[in-house]
Amino acid sequence: MKLIYEKSQSGRRGIGVPQPDGLDVPEVPAELRRKEPPRLPELAEPEVLRHFTELSTRNFGIDTGFYPLGSCTMKYNPRINERLVGLPGFAQLHPLVEDDAAQGALELEWELEQILLQVTGLDAVSLQPAAGSQGELTGLMLFHAYFADRGEDEQRTNIVIPDTAHGTNPASVTMAGYKLTPVRTDQRGNIDVADLRTKVDEHTAGLMLTNPSTLGLFDENIEEIERIFHGVGALMYYDGANLNAVCGISRPGDMGFDVVHINLHKTFSQPHGGGGPGGGPIAVREMLEPFLPVPVVARDGDTFRLDYDRPKSIGKVRAFSGPFGVFVRSYAFMRSYGPALREMSEVAVLNANYMLARLKDTYDVPYERLCMHEFVLSARTLKREHGVSALDVAKRLMDYGFHPPTIYFPLVVPEALMIEPTESEAKETLDAFCEALIAIAREAANEPDTVHSAPHSRPVKRLDEVRAAKEVVVKYRFDDHPAVEGAGDRQVEAQKGV
Amino acid sequence: MSYLSVTDADREAMLAAIGVSTVDELFRDIPAGMRYRQELAVKPALPEAELQRHFEELAAKNVVDEVCFLGAGIYDHYVPAVVDAVLQRGELLTAYTPYQPEMSQGVLQAIFEYQTAICELTGMDVSNASGYDGTTVAADACFVAKHATGRAKVVVTEATNPQVRQVVKTYAPGFGLDVVEVPHEGGATDPDRIKKAAADAALVIFQQPNFFGVLEAAPDLAAAANDAGAMPVAHVDLVSLGVLEAPGAYGCAMAIGEGQSAGNAMSYGGPHYGFLAARSDYVRRLPGRIVGETVDAAGERGYVLTLQTREQHIRREKATSNITTNQTLLALAGLVHLSLLGPQGLRELGETCLALAQHAKAELQKAGLELAFPDKATFKEFAVRTGRNAREALAEARKKGVYAGYPLGRDYAGLDDALLVAVTEKRTVEEIAQLVEALS
Repeated sequence: MKLIYEKSQSGRRGIGVPQPDGLDVPEVPAELRRKEPPRLPELAEPEVLRHFTELSTRNFGIDTGFYPLGSCTMKYNPRINERLVGLPGFAQLHPLVEDDAAQGALELEWELEQILLQVTGLDAVSLQPAAGSQGELTGLMLFHAYFADRGEDEQRTNIVIPDTAHGTNPASVTMAGYKLTPVRTDQRGNIDVADLRTKVDEHTAGLMLTNPSTLGLFDENIEEIERIFHGVGALMYYDGANLNAVCGISRPGDMGFDVVHINLHKTFSQPHGGGGPGGGPIAVREMLEPFLPVPVVARDGDTFRLDYDRPKSIGKVRAFSGPFGVFVRSYAFMRSYGPALREMSEVAVLNANYMLARLKDTYDVPYERLCMHEFVLSARTLKREHGVSALDVAKRLMDYGFHPPTIYFPLVVPEALMIEPTESEAKETLDAFCEALIAIAREAANEPDTVHSAPHSRPVKRLDEVRAAKEVVVKYRFDDHPAVEGAGDRQVEAQKGV
Repeated sequence: MSYLSVTDADREAMLAAIGVSTVDELFRDIPAGMRYRQELAVKPALPEAELQRHFEELAAKNVVDEVCFLGAGIYDHYVPAVVDAVLQRGELLTAYTPYQPEMSQGVLQAIFEYQTAICELTGMDVSNASGYDGTTVAADACFVAKHATGRAKVVVTEATNPQVRQVVKTYAPGFGLDVVEVPHEGGATDPDRIKKAAADAALVIFQQPNFFGVLEAAPDLAAAANDAGAMPVAHVDLVSLGVLEAPGAYGCAMAIGEGQSAGNAMSYGGPHYGFLAARSDYVRRLPGRIVGETVDAAGERGYVLTLQTREQHIRREKATSNITTNQTLLALAGLVHLSLLGPQGLRELGETCLALAQHAKAELQKAGLELAFPDKATFKEFAVRTGRNAREALAEARKKGVYAGYPLGRDYAGLDDALLVAVTEKRTVEEIAQLVEALS
């Protein structure tokens, strides 16, 4: 398919601009004036729409089919939420209006916070972080502020993170100016408490933990872990990436965590848009509340305001009060469920365990336990016996019309396939996916080449990622663009494969 | 619950296959003391029709019918209908990050086209797939510059958006950076001051047009930074880049900014997107997703996430950033808007803003108001002195249906009487007359 720049014809345009009568355009000083016009595409409106529509047909979303990408909670995105976020009273509201002009928006933010407090079991919320990883970083900044306030910041230099953690956790540790202390996973998929004991002391600022973990397992030693950290005066951070497993079932605050981030784009259904946006509000225990970013939403009787007068605040991690459109969608999602948010998590866990039960005889299961909302299989045996890897299995799943699961993560499981069905899927879909995975295991034995060379039904075959990283082409180079033979000639057969 | 398919029969069959008798048993690994046994104390569920009504009532409590001359970083530009149509394509809207490129060629190619547009506009060699917003990309730039230069100081002009400066200051301690602000003089920044401040700095961040709407001597600021061995980083407005010079053309190492102006509704501050582009020297230090072109097994062109050894999921604590979720959908909105405008439309958009803002300045002056920085050229925004506390002037103007601007006293000493007035292409000569009337 051609790039939009390759469809451009000089002199075309896709939208007009108001030209007020009789007004002169003031001269921009010559040294500040643009010399060469930017080579933006030149197309009429219908061709612009068609270009992006064609791009959409080369993409797969939840609206297209099952998307069991582990750790990403790819649940249904209700269409009503899109309508609500477009209401002019929300979409056309400037973020810097005086609070009296934003009472509806502030009320919505305040109500959203109340639900987050219920679900997390904590005391105060900042909606500001733009994504989970920014929530992590903000949480670690709160750690610094809290310990600085107690005169312990210089002493407490380390953050403990298990080897199953998302890469964002250690990256956030570095960005916050902390040092990483890794801790091992034990035979049952929990944190290795013996290893942990040797690593937590008066230099520990805290723990970052995803619970249930990226293995889809609830840490059975969480009570002991809580005693270890709080026993030395350290804090506990809950990575909420897997909160979809425990809404209304177990609250991070009750597990002992002091800071939690909530991925609104996972648990509370903000559509992920091919990479974002997201929302990463944090909920904290009372003693951390003075340090939250400014502004926070405050309520005085029936009116709401943004409170900037917070002398101990860490400052700001993003503009304004946060990604408001994300709040509209997530609040709508929560209000659609009400207290049945618990049922949401129950069904997510039921679906995952059902799939695990159907697949455990065909693929290796690293930990013989019930799972939570997701589970990890290993293609280790397939690889050893037939040379078919987790990557091959993932690519072949595309031909069966499914988005593959997360692969090669968590790192502690070789040839990992990490599957998260969410609550959105019907049993028939779960069955069809399991049957596809079983069929692929059969193909691995009988016709491994079919699996190695998959996918066969997508707009492109397997892509050369090594070449992309070596011969870096990260923008269109117009007349100097490297030619690729046959580019864009093949037709897309079908969106959903076989 | 209409978002769930599971029936009682399904549930029974699934529990049987799992080998447990109740859903509750699935949670047996959670210690008893940590189980939450009450019903969540949240308001009852609303069916869709009632949900719509509830949200309409909330939206109606916001005031959006005043004529908007408020800017200060977020602007009331027109968003074309085609943008909405593209963003509502479910295949794009409901996709995750394109980890599996064969499933995601649509999003990947769109990001590649977006990166190209950002590079064209800014005169840079490489753009990432987006950052959170126009403030966090400034913090990202600090991290890049720290590692590229080995220096530990950030210089940022006081005439840079206050929220950008606040976010940089919040991030800086974790990065081990000190932040120095260079004051403005009469609404603009003196290059000599930059030269002195930049002596041991990793980077110099300045805004063009600056927070007051004033056109800085940007090439001189960039040169001053370069002379001192610091990386010049321009914070720019995409909508200005049809008429204003690209930062790459005057020696900047990076260009960053808030992308809302292109393709995004104001939406009370988000979600929007930040853009970050750099010279090719820094490509392996950039934060965030980058899409690259490659070929598939049949030799045909395709797109993938590339240079991933920079990123957290590979490099963990040694990554260039922790960013994972970004703002792809909003950046796509920007690409669609820019594709509709084309080079000519973008220039006209800038010229219309220039013309209307100039007209507003002239009319306000005719009515006896003074500009805060009268001798300075501006783009679509300018500061006007209201002759009294600007918040009072704003309140009076709002009674006449005009949201007249942003009170600069919120961030700057000595400007308590000044309003920052933004004029986009959506404003009309008649509305400018209303503004003048409301402030006179």
